[in-house]
Amino acid sequence: MFEKKELRELVIQGGVYMTQYSRKFEERVSWEAPDENKLYSFIPGTIIDIFVKPKQKVKEGETLLLLEAMKMQNQVRMPFDGEIVQIHVKKNEVIPNRFLMIEIKPKK
Amino acid sequence: MSLRSNVLDLRKRRKEVQMGGGEKAMEKQAKMGKLNARERILALLDKNSFHEYDLFVEHSAKDFGMESKVLHGDGVIIGTGTIDGKPICIFAQDFTVEGGSLGLAHARKITKIMDHALKMRVPLIGINDSGGARIQEGVNSLAGYGEIFFRNTLASGVIPQISVILGPCAGGAVYSPALTDFVFVVENISKMFITGPSVIKSVLGEEISMEELGGARVHAEITGNAHFYATTEQECFEQIKTLISYIPRSNSKKAMPYPIKAPLKGKKIEEIVPVDPRIPYDMRDVIKTLTDSSEFFEVMEHFAPNIIIGFGRLDGETTGFVANQPMVLAGVLDCDSSDKAARFIRYCDAFNIPIVTLEDLPGYLPGVDQEHAGVIRHGAKILYAYSEATVPKVTVILRKAYGGGYIAMNSRHLRADFVFAWPTAEIAVMGPEGAANIIFRKEIAEAENPEEMRQQKIKEYKEKFANPYVAASQGYIDEVIEPKETRSRILHAMKVSENKSVYLPSKKHGIPPF
Repeated sequence: MFEKKELRELVIQGGVYMTQYSRKFEERVSWEAPDENKLYSFIPGTIIDIFVKPKQKVKEGETLLLLEAMKMQNQVRMPFDGEIVQIHVKKNEVIPNRFLMIEIKPKK
Repeated sequence: MSLRSNVLDLRKRRKEVQMGGGEKAMEKQAKMGKLNARERILALLDKNSFHEYDLFVEHSAKDFGMESKVLHGDGVIIGTGTIDGKPICIFAQDFTVEGGSLGLAHARKITKIMDHALKMRVPLIGINDSGGARIQEGVNSLAGYGEIFFRNTLASGVIPQISVILGPCAGGAVYSPALTDFVFVVENISKMFITGPSVIKSVLGEEISMEELGGARVHAEITGNAHFYATTEQECFEQIKTLISYIPRSNSKKAMPYPIKAPLKGKKIEEIVPVDPRIPYDMRDVIKTLTDSSEFFEVMEHFAPNIIIGFGRLDGETTGFVANQPMVLAGVLDCDSSDKAARFIRYCDAFNIPIVTLEDLPGYLPGVDQEHAGVIRHGAKILYAYSEATVPKVTVILRKAYGGGYIAMNSRHLRADFVFAWPTAEIAVMGPEGAANIIFRKEIAEAENPEEMRQQKIKEYKEKFANPYVAASQGYIDEVIEPKETRSRILHAMKVSENKSVYLPSKKHGIPPF
């Protein structure tokens, strides 16, 4: 059933209020500024193929890997000229949404 | 054949059809902890009041072996009856017959009783317990759903529509309940979703149980699809009966008045609300000091609990209450609470139920998640709903009424009929802390002891602006009242508003931000 909750602090415009948190408030996802050097999956799916290796130099627009989801093969491409830093997925791996796939860095 | 043998034949036929999907299927239904469709109707309606129609309706599908299948009542029971003597129309899907699947004949029975309900101006109750579309009937099954949704929409705001989810209700089928006014769910029995766990797993790789995906608690607490949550079917039926007691049978009637009763003697209203605006209390306790017999029938208790909505009676008359709940998230407005309150306000307005608003909120909930979830368009719903409502509207400001929250909570500016404020009310553009930080930023920064200066400025602001008298001097509130006068003031305000008559500009319909 529905359990009772403790009182906690909530700050609204400088005022500090004692109150309970709702379940949805507690489970909210805190926002993070996007890091352009980290490529996350935008849909859950399967890694069909990986075309690059760490330390490899890659040009903008080159395909890094194939992510199959909803029967579509999505090409994940390099957003700028740069280098592969680390690859966090393996071929045939099934990954969830918002999963870190590849770390990259721009050309100096 | 004699008349007697004819009658006996009729009885035999009736009995056979009333066995639904047969003994085995009935046993299976009972094993799942569920009543069957007929038992449910009888448990909900007044004794001996149920009258059934279309008992002998049969399907005429010819494909996929359907031609040889006999489906009793085509998997749904329809009829009329009374609850506490008030007439209603009802349908109940029978899961024991082909999983309660919806085919053309099944849908025609439902739309027939819907048409009756709308024509006779009586409430419609639908009990949903169905595996979904009857695949063998193809597009006819889809047509059936569409005809139901269309009627739900036509009847919306004309007759009360109540959906009771007592089994699965999946895929397109969920949109009928979603279009109705009130949805009832029962723990471990109700399941509602568009896409089931198995499809989600195969397509997206996400594993989740049916209960976690679309169980009763999820819809009562997370999605806001359900308005009433019960742990047993019997409790659910009691909730429906209570709801029926509060609402009118159609939009051309007022709810039936009950004998006038004083609130129970308990904690006094002024003892419930702490003077310090940062200390919480349970707003329900305040409502119960105002309503007849201290009875309050809360709607959507578990969803967006930072705002409270529900029905009570004032001098015997049904009244809708909308109140900030300082006990949860300090009573802020956010996406969900705005959505919740706005729909309730529109319900009350459609069915001639006056609204009492109890206000104590520090403003809107800050956060990226709120902004990105569309707190602007969701928050606008509450402004729209209050502005548009022409039923009597009375507001009482208990403590905080800051900024946009002040405007949104049925302020004079949205055409509240009466606005009262307690002497503890703080009606201001923002709370003293925030205001002092902005207005006296320079003084505070340049002071020898900034914190001391800040506290002093907060105090100054509080004395000057965080009170009801600035708003009272402008006539934005009609009277500053003692807390103990609250009930008598509201009662009088409602009494003199009985014949309220307001005309909005004529239009086809407005375009609310939904």
